[in-house]
Amino acid sequence: MSAPTTSPPAPPPARAKRRIGDVLFRGSTQVAAGIILVALAGVAIFLTAEGIPALRADAAHLAGESTFLAYAWPLLFGTLLAAFIALLIATPLAIGVALAISHYAPRRLANLVGYVIDLLAAVPSVVYGLWGANVLGPAMVPVYRWLSEHLGFLPLFAGPASGGGRTMLTAGLVLAIMALPIITAICREIFSQTPRLHEEAALALGATRWEMIRMAVFPYSRSGIVSAVMLGLGRALGETMAVALVLSAFRIVSWDLVSGTAPSTIAANIALSFPEATGVGVNVLIATGLVLFVITFAVNFSARMIVARSEKGLVR
Amino acid sequence: MATSIDVSDLDIYYGDFKAVEGVTMSIPAKSVTAFIGPSGCGKSTFLRSLNRMHEVVPGARVDGRVVMGGQDLYGSDVDPVEVRRQVGMVFQRPNPFPTMSIYENVLAGNRLNSRRMKKSEADDIVERALRGANLWKEVSDRLDKPGAGLSGGQQQRLCIARAIAVEPQVLLMDEPCSALDPISTSAIEDLIHELRTEYTIVIVTHNMQQAARFSEDTAFFNLAGAGKPGRLVEMNSTKKIFSVPDDPSTEAYISGRFG
Ligand SMILES: Nc1ncnc2c1ncn2[C@@H]1O[C@H](COP(=O)(O)OP(=O)(O)O)[C@@H](O)[C@H]1O
Ligand SMILES: [Mg+2]
Repeated sequence: MSAPTTSPPAPPPARAKRRIGDVLFRGSTQVAAGIILVALAGVAIFLTAEGIPALRADAAHLAGESTFLAYAWPLLFGTLLAAFIALLIATPLAIGVALAISHYAPRRLANLVGYVIDLLAAVPSVVYGLWGANVLGPAMVPVYRWLSEHLGFLPLFAGPASGGGRTMLTAGLVLAIMALPIITAICREIFSQTPRLHEEAALALGATRWEMIRMAVFPYSRSGIVSAVMLGLGRALGETMAVALVLSAFRIVSWDLVSGTAPSTIAANIALSFPEATGVGVNVLIATGLVLFVITFAVNFSARMIVARSEKGLVR
Repeated sequence: MATSIDVSDLDIYYGDFKAVEGVTMSIPAKSVTAFIGPSGCGKSTFLRSLNRMHEVVPGARVDGRVVMGGQDLYGSDVDPVEVRRQVGMVFQRPNPFPTMSIYENVLAGNRLNSRRMKKSEADDIVERALRGANLWKEVSDRLDKPGAGLSGGQQQRLCIARAIAVEPQVLLMDEPCSALDPISTSAIEDLIHELRTEYTIVIVTHNMQQAARFSEDTAFFNLAGAGKPGRLVEMNSTKKIFSVPDDPSTEAYISGRFG
């Protein structure tokens, strides 16, 4: 870059200006990164400080339970179960839709489907909650009956089937639809970045389209799929309104997916109990928030570890 | 088992754009046929129409006949996937599957074709293909290492091994040496020379000496004019093309007066 002696030197003001731009840019990005860290630390400190008194809360503030752990465990169970069901449904669906968009559908249709899926992300969660409780739930009732009649020997479908359809499975379905857009969007992006070179290598060997996807597309996108699912999981774990509207506030540990007596989730429980909570009761709710915070953090952290490990072997 | 290819009046399109027009040629079995011509005249496009790889580009299609072993590859009852299993292809940039070992890379095509293979059977195929691609000595002690860890020239020979592992009739190569250093290039050239005894080989090359050195026949492609489709100018024995070509533009191209 250094100019040869014959050409005039670059005018100093221009150089100085560019420097200032660099400094400003670097400064502002550092400040932004700093703000994020400070905010995160602030939340963690708040949750911890306000949550500690919950450990000494008495039965009156723990809905009759003797310890905080006994109080929080059913909620944690419900949170994890709902999120797990949601991902079980959303992941294959999202991967299928993303593949259809990136590799199967004609361009025009693919764009349309992609657009519709993106729109799903813009629907407020309260709408999903109302829809789940008033439309999806009742519509699923015959399915739940059938499941509890024919597969009732499994603890998952023990029943009795809920008459209103406000069950764990409904909550999982609603969460799945809510997690779908983010997982689909990321998977679609990753699938379409598969190097053409490797897709053609597979096709030229006589691979069908599906075989090509298994040979060339999936190996490239494995780590991306994991991060996409983890982001979806983040959404499912923290979702409040939709679950609060679908599930009644029970605190039980039950694997029954089709009965109306289903475990609630941490976020929904906070939303439903907060208005009536007083004194240490507030601390108890905040402490459950801390549990959710830690779980979400752990999930994201382990996802990054998985991604980093699987990317090490991949020479791009 | 190698077979000849007869192309008659082939037009090749990308959507509405006609990239190649009216090619008629006969590619002899068990010999090396070279395609030469300036960039953009449709050599790659034509080559890819010989194993129906052309149509993987959205909107791409052809019009005409490509007959191999008595069958029109573009017949209505012909499955392009089957065609590609008969006609192997090696690309300009080496493209082994990055997550697969050397061993699995060689077997990639066979795994598609077959039900389960016995381990001993698979071992045999891998050794035969790697020996056939002059790569066995260099990699036999690290078959389980990723293919992407090899040098560019070794990767290209791995791709050739992968292509011949399924014992195709025809091997298409699109400038297989253009991304390689001179030593790797000469290793591949030697290899192509050996492979001719078993396969019908069609190779696109930008390197005149290369075409002159190891091909039996040479086809010269050119653009009819700016914005016009590419066409086959002449196809003759390599000896004739490089000494007394029929067409003046062939001679001009070869002697470096344009292109
Ligand atoms: N995927 C594609 N889509 C549209 N046009 C293409 C595509 N690939 C090649 N072409 C066009 O087809 C013509 C022939 O290209 P190509 O076969 O790559 O020539 P060559 O290999 O002789 O350099 C060029 O005009 C090129 O722009
Ligand atoms: Mg080319």
